[in-house]
Amino acid sequence: MLPELYNYWVVILLMMTGFYIVIVQGNLIKKLIGLNLFQTSVFIFYISLGKVSGGSAPIFAEGVSSYSNPLPHVLILTAIVVGIATTALALALVIRIRNAYGTVEEEELQQRDLEC
Amino acid sequence: MLLLLAITALAIAWLRDLFAAVMLAGIYGLLSASFFVSVDAVDVAFTEAAVGAGIFPLLMLAALALVGRNEQTAYRRPLISLLLVSITGAALVLGTLDMPAFGSADAPPHNHVAVRYIEESPKEIGIPNMVTSVLADYRSFDTLGEVVVVFTAAMGVLGLLFTGRAASPGSATERANMYDHRVLRVVSKMLIPLILLFALYVQFHGEYGPGGGFQAGVIFAAGIILYAMLFGFGNAQRVVRPALLQILAACGVLIYGSVGVVCLLSGGNFLDYSQLLPDPLVGRHVGILVIELGVGITVASAMILIFYAFASATVNSEEVA
Amino acid sequence: MIALLLEGVSVLCLGTGIFLLVSGGVGLLRFPEVFSRMHAAGVTETLAASLILLGLMLLAGWGIVMFKLLLILLFILITSPTASHALAKSAVHGGLGVDPDRNETS
Repeated sequence: MLPELYNYWVVILLMMTGFYIVIVQGNLIKKLIGLNLFQTSVFIFYISLGKVSGGSAPIFAEGVSSYSNPLPHVLILTAIVVGIATTALALALVIRIRNAYGTVEEEELQQRDLEC
Repeated sequence: MLLLLAITALAIAWLRDLFAAVMLAGIYGLLSASFFVSVDAVDVAFTEAAVGAGIFPLLMLAALALVGRNEQTAYRRPLISLLLVSITGAALVLGTLDMPAFGSADAPPHNHVAVRYIEESPKEIGIPNMVTSVLADYRSFDTLGEVVVVFTAAMGVLGLLFTGRAASPGSATERANMYDHRVLRVVSKMLIPLILLFALYVQFHGEYGPGGGFQAGVIFAAGIILYAMLFGFGNAQRVVRPALLQILAACGVLIYGSVGVVCLLSGGNFLDYSQLLPDPLVGRHVGILVIELGVGITVASAMILIFYAFASATVNSEEVA
Repeated sequence: MIALLLEGVSVLCLGTGIFLLVSGGVGLLRFPEVFSRMHAAGVTETLAASLILLGLMLLAGWGIVMFKLLLILLFILITSPTASHALAKSAVHGGLGVDPDRNETS
């Protein structure tokens, strides 16, 4: 039981850590780091699903009959690059928020909004 | 390995210092890359090592330089949040109880379309790396979408941050001279050409070994970014002009899309490379090569552009302050 | 005979490398301030990585794998001291000068 599902549980732990950071922390940069943790945990989940024990990396070779599943690899490969691009976009937004409000703490931001 | 990952994640949640958290996030990226190697996902590991341990911390640090590294506010309602998170986690753990065991060969994901990819792609497409053939041929439409997303995100960052004003080279070189990185410069002068060469190898060897446009683009961008960091932002902009990069980023998407259109014109479906040349196998090979090139160009120039945007924002804010 | 000898030497290399890594880790945790910690980590890391790669090269025998390992070895020999240098330099810049009275710095 334990070794079979251990991977998934660690993934859930990582995911929940990221989730907790996103909820609890007020700092927008820290929230982004949490979001990134969350994202990576999903990557790990997909790649874990693709593993076949005894299989080798999905590159065709003579004399190898069992490969890991290439499909999750493809999906995650592109997702990583797209993920960093969107993270960069979010960071750019944070910097603009900082320029406009002078802070990146969520509560202060809300106060400024109410004052206006 | 996974335990290390979990510890790093908890440490990130624990730390109040944003700088240390970013550094730990880099370590986390490297650890997850080595995890990907251990479960046979070499292509993914490649990408994650370059992105998670290289570019992501770098962008975060650039943003920190603009925003400030201290977080002041107290946690908001930590207990309720912890409760919420634990409940969600417990629900998810309950969900995993029905999952197939890790690594079992008869799990549902391995019995649908993957079987066909594994058994047919070496014959149908003629290249050994199945990840590349799925990425660039079977699911090429999907990949086109991803490339467009990367392109759009880079344009969004530019729209938000790029002031259009190039950093004056004088200030940038002064900044670089302030920390006299002589050793670093000599070593990086040796290494940067190798990094770029390696990126090209990864780009064009992607059909046979792990690699492809996405990885190559990211590695290439990392090489240029290294140059920009050590030799001054202004110098780097003189070597690789932002305007040129903007054109290149668009060109990459264009190359990808036009391959699809050429396929249409020669009587096939969109992105059906077998129509490109008389021999369908060679046609597919050429098609994959060309679109990987498009992907590589777009990803590399998008990443460098994003870095330029952050760096120019940093330099400008320092000049104002 | 030669094969056995090669295997023995490579086991020796790997073992020494692992021991050095562990001792470097212990030093990293036990030493009092930044520079001695960095010394423990940086110096042992370079030697340990080289030894481990050397052991692997002996195991791999002639061929493309050995060549790749050699490249990695060269890369590590160049980059690892550079990284230590950059770290030390930025530590000095950050105001962590060498001060015997100072104990805990990080």
